[in-house]
Amino acid sequence: MSDKVLMKGNEAIAEAAMRAGCRHFFGYPITPQTELAAYMAKKMPKVGGLFLQAESEVAAINMVYGAAGAGVRVMTSSSSPGISLKQEGISYIAGADLPCLIVNIVRGGPGLGGIQPAQSDYFQATRGGGHGDYRLIVLAPSSVQEMVDLTYLAFDLGDKYRMPVMIIGDGMLGQMMEPVVFDDTKGGGTGEKAWATTGTRMARKRNIINSLYITPEELEKLVWEREKKYDTVRAAEVRFEQYAAGDAEYIIAAYGTTARIAKNAIDTLRREGYKVGLIRPITLWPFPNEAFSRAAKTAKAFLTVEMSTGQMVEDVRLSVDGKVPVHFYGRTGGMVPSPAEIIEKIKSIAGGDK
Amino acid sequence: MAIVFERPKSLSDVTLHYCPGCTHGIIHRLIAEVIDELDIEGKTIGVAPVGCSVFAYNYFNCDMQEAAHGRAPAVATGIKRADPGNIVFTYQGDGDLAAIGTAETVHAAARSENITVIFVNNAIYGMTGGQMAPTSLVGQVTQTSPYGRKTETQGYPLKVCETLATIQGTAYAERVSVDDVKNIKKAKAAIKKAFENQLAGRGFSIVEVLSTCPTNWGLSPVEALGWLRENMMPHYPLGIYKDITKEEKK
Repeated sequence: MSDKVLMKGNEAIAEAAMRAGCRHFFGYPITPQTELAAYMAKKMPKVGGLFLQAESEVAAINMVYGAAGAGVRVMTSSSSPGISLKQEGISYIAGADLPCLIVNIVRGGPGLGGIQPAQSDYFQATRGGGHGDYRLIVLAPSSVQEMVDLTYLAFDLGDKYRMPVMIIGDGMLGQMMEPVVFDDTKGGGTGEKAWATTGTRMARKRNIINSLYITPEELEKLVWEREKKYDTVRAAEVRFEQYAAGDAEYIIAAYGTTARIAKNAIDTLRREGYKVGLIRPITLWPFPNEAFSRAAKTAKAFLTVEMSTGQMVEDVRLSVDGKVPVHFYGRTGGMVPSPAEIIEKIKSIAGGDK
Repeated sequence: MAIVFERPKSLSDVTLHYCPGCTHGIIHRLIAEVIDELDIEGKTIGVAPVGCSVFAYNYFNCDMQEAAHGRAPAVATGIKRADPGNIVFTYQGDGDLAAIGTAETVHAAARSENITVIFVNNAIYGMTGGQMAPTSLVGQVTQTSPYGRKTETQGYPLKVCETLATIQGTAYAERVSVDDVKNIKKAKAAIKKAFENQLAGRGFSIVEVLSTCPTNWGLSPVEALGWLRENMMPHYPLGIYKDITKEEKK
């Protein structure tokens, strides 16, 4: 365990990735993830690692594909418009069952959008983004420490399930400084990758990294097998945090930056006597459906708060399944909701019901 | 009885899917012979493209990766950087390398990425049924240039070796042809040199191979070889466009 150090979120992810054994980073400049790439450019050569600035996000993600296929721990980072460009490669990476880490420090969209924090890439992250039946494990930290912890976890999960993992943050988390510690007992290494294209050394049959299956029967079989793997992930890897949720009558659903603001609002509301709590998904995929469906048995209503026009709210509604109302409050385009706005919304939902 | 001809070790024992008369088979064989002669099969990783040679990963006995359309040089970069001691080559057609993958090609050259690129130029998209390629000749009739390629609306064919030769990072760029035995021998020598360059750490090497597509050109295999000589060679002259080993000697 390292000493406590003060770090920006973007830099903390980079440092954690290197400590987790990542020695290959391919990226392309974009705001607001800049510090992550800059940190890699500075530090990677010092540990014998590689920082490569590609000619585009498209090239960067395909370099990730190549390196992941060659068996090394590899990552890329970008922000919303750049992540859109990476979708082709992400689909191929998923289709070839390769592990890697993709970091999206989300900014306002669509299009060029803005450079301020947003959560409007939830659909893209959890619904595919690229073409075909595939999933990413999507991890949503809400503090700089959690950015560190989830980076170690991301590499381990990627290697364990042979699938791409995304860490989804936003400009606020990426830029803010908080004290962090690095637990070097984590990030246990890549394990044996017998499938990787490391060169046969004339000692084994050739390995082929590929997502093309021209026979539909074969492709269907493979896609269903992969879906079984996803079922395992759904069963084993759901992560969420509950805050003041035990006796809560009104449950706020929020992740990342928004969850921090919601906690602030909950503290105030609790002091005023409102029984309000939070369920904070840490894995956006697999989504903590059961946490919400369980809470729906006792809660009177839910409020989903996002920095979007309403994306995660669809997963909350699917989980609550019509048992109680699911309300929504969102700011978007780079605007961040204030605790006061959330407090007001909860009060209007609760009426006078404390 | 003495064996006078056999399959190279690094070529798989499977039936190629290519059309009769297509020269992909010759080019595959040349690469495999070079890999055998240099004894590098165990440390070679090939990257297959999207296009007619999409199944190339089935045809070479070394480790292989299948890349997205045009991305082979980026994928090869990832593989090479993961273990620079390995030998990495891409096998790409004209649509893959000179249209959708132009950026990846140019920047792999600009970085002087220490890889070997085998570029098969047959002036047409074969796999999708004969559309105009970036290397289709002016006036060439294809499915998407049914009245012949017109410069006013469809521009000019890209000269890849000439273009890449202007890039400082390019170590070696040579255009060859596989239309007759003499040229096939020259093509093999060029491919070998492109692999040797990588072994010596010289950087980005590309061999452009003029190739035929009898099926989509609408010609017999023999006529197609004639069409290549009469139409492609004048626009795409054979020869060395860049060779840093020669510049070193100067």
